Amino acid sequence: MDQFLQHCLNALVLGGTYALLGIGLTLIFGIMRVVNFTHGELYSFGAYMMFMFVMLLHLDFFLSLVLAMLLGIALGAAIEFLLLRKLRGADIDTTMLVMIGAWIAMQNFEQLVWSGVAKSIKTPFPSSPLVIGALSVSWNRIFVLVVALGLILCTYALVNRTRLGRAMRATFQDSDTAALMGVDIGTIYMSTFALGSGLAAAAGALLGPIFVVTPTMGDLASLKAFAIVILGGLGNIVGATIGGFILAFIEELGAGYISSGYRDAMGFLLIIVILLARPTGLFSRKERIG
Amino acid sequence: MQSSLKTLIAAAGLALVASAASAQDSVKVGVSEPLTGAFAASGNYVAQGAQLAAEAINKSGGVLGKKIELIIEDNKSNPTEAVDTAERLIVKDKVPVLMGAWSSTLTLAVMPKLEEYKVPMLVETSSSGKITTSGNPYIFRISPTSEMEATAFAPIAKTLGIKKANFLVTNNDFGKGSMQEFTKMLKGQGIDIGAQETMEPAATDLSAQLAKIKASGGDTLFVTTDVAQLTLILKQAKDQQIAMRVITTGGSVAPDQLIEQAGDAANGSYHLVFFTPWFPDAVKNPDVAQKFTAAWKEKNYNTGGLTEGFRGWDGIYTIAAAINDAGKPDAEAIREAFWKVKVKGVNGDIAFIKQGPAGKESGQNVPSVYLVKIEGGKVVKQ
Repeated sequence: MDQFLQHCLNALVLGGTYALLGIGLTLIFGIMRVVNFTHGELYSFGAYMMFMFVMLLHLDFFLSLVLAMLLGIALGAAIEFLLLRKLRGADIDTTMLVMIGAWIAMQNFEQLVWSGVAKSIKTPFPSSPLVIGALSVSWNRIFVLVVALGLILCTYALVNRTRLGRAMRATFQDSDTAALMGVDIGTIYMSTFALGSGLAAAAGALLGPIFVVTPTMGDLASLKAFAIVILGGLGNIVGATIGGFILAFIEELGAGYISSGYRDAMGFLLIIVILLARPTGLFSRKERIG
Repeated sequence: MQSSLKTLIAAAGLALVASAASAQDSVKVGVSEPLTGAFAASGNYVAQGAQLAAEAINKSGGVLGKKIELIIEDNKSNPTEAVDTAERLIVKDKVPVLMGAWSSTLTLAVMPKLEEYKVPMLVETSSSGKITTSGNPYIFRISPTSEMEATAFAPIAKTLGIKKANFLVTNNDFGKGSMQEFTKMLKGQGIDIGAQETMEPAATDLSAQLAKIKASGGDTLFVTTDVAQLTLILKQAKDQQIAMRVITTGGSVAPDQLIEQAGDAANGSYHLVFFTPWFPDAVKNPDVAQKFTAAWKEKNYNTGGLTEGFRGWDGIYTIAAAINDAGKPDAEAIREAFWKVKVKGVNGDIAFIKQGPAGKESGQNVPSVYLVKIEGGKVVKQ
């Protein structure tokens, strides 16, 4: 029983970060129809910025987190402006190839700047974990879960309760009509990509201190983010959140009770099953965002 | 038109002359290492060690009176790329001998190409038994097999008083090979085996495996993986309050890097290593180790990489000795010569014994294996 509860606790903490990764990608996927292969690189970018601020510039941990996220937003806006803006209207294959190129270029640039040696980041949290009976979890992970849930709620509110969010949703439904109604599509695309990128960078900045930071850390993260988006349905924030937690629970319990070697495979196996039964994802009723 | 044709022919002729000249000036050695991807850190250290060795050899006269020239290719931590690099080095660069490929999986992938083109390869990092027992006569390995590590560890298992052991290893030839050999050795001593967990080499969250290991109980956890994943395991084991003695196998764990990155969580862990730069007098050939360490420090390379970099150094010195013995840069002659080499290496004295099916034996060195422990943020001898 203790083992089961520990697995559930681990999954809960992991699910929060999966959800954060999934939401950023689902927004970009849903609104812009861009298969964003740089998502994982924004994730590792956030982690490396965290490393730079905390370990090299010795800034405050929490301030660094905010700065890393802001830089992620800026980098996302830059990618949109420099690459995607020029490709709007191009077919999906072209965009996809450009994004794959950007992904490889960014990963190699990171390797050049930071070398392949893994980096670790010190945290201000106590090194002894929080112990509840037979269960234990590190304070850092609790902090990550809380911040992740906070960011998810903020994103949800932004999309559903603000003018910008309404414009985003309108663009998702029909970008031509939205443009005719006076929505500046260029701005919407840029803010969507910047927001999605900022969330990925935040996930990296949060998880960097828990794990270690390496140039290839984004690959598995982006693979999982894609899985979560597919699971939850395109552009569906609630779906991506629940999808993130589902994936975490399946991985954790599958590894605990079936086979740990197939941990990553089990999540994807489930996705195949779900897609066979519900091709549009678990939670998408019809094509809309919010 | 005619004059441009003449220029072209002249240029082609010049290029031929130039390539012939460079072929005479140097003896080429192909190196395939993971310079990018999951094993990038280790692969770069080995490549740095190899280059230091080549520089040192060239300073003292080179091989066969020529300079030794390393052609280093990046196998990207990927078996398909490893095969590609080997083929390119053999066919395009015409190297008579290779060194590579870091990790059992990458090495196993390259092996059929060696037989196809009849070019020998010195294996500097790989522990799976399969490499030297599958009957590939072009393999000469200087790193220990998992079985050798397990045998070297057997008396220590008694001293430590291990009663029940768990395993957490990477899901590949390296991890599973090691788990198999250590399980056999421990069972032979009547030690109970608990959970035997595997993980993907790139996995970062290992809490599920650790929760299972915690539930299984026992006093010792054997871990086989690279240093980055080990850092995660030590940190996450501490978070889950797992009070087991952690012992790492495979020799690819750089304890200095571990201390730096895992902090407190690294204390109390044991590591099987093949070079001990912390105790220069404990090694078999202190003068060689001294020379290598000095060259490494002169370049300001990361000291945490010494325990990987020495393999590159030992590998290239062994290859140079074989080329000198062979008397010509010819693949078959070098393969023959490997059987006779005696090299004073950083790890110890290097020479090859025969392993595998008769008539198709591979060469296997019997290296030194050391156990060290991390205590209070320092590496101590065991």
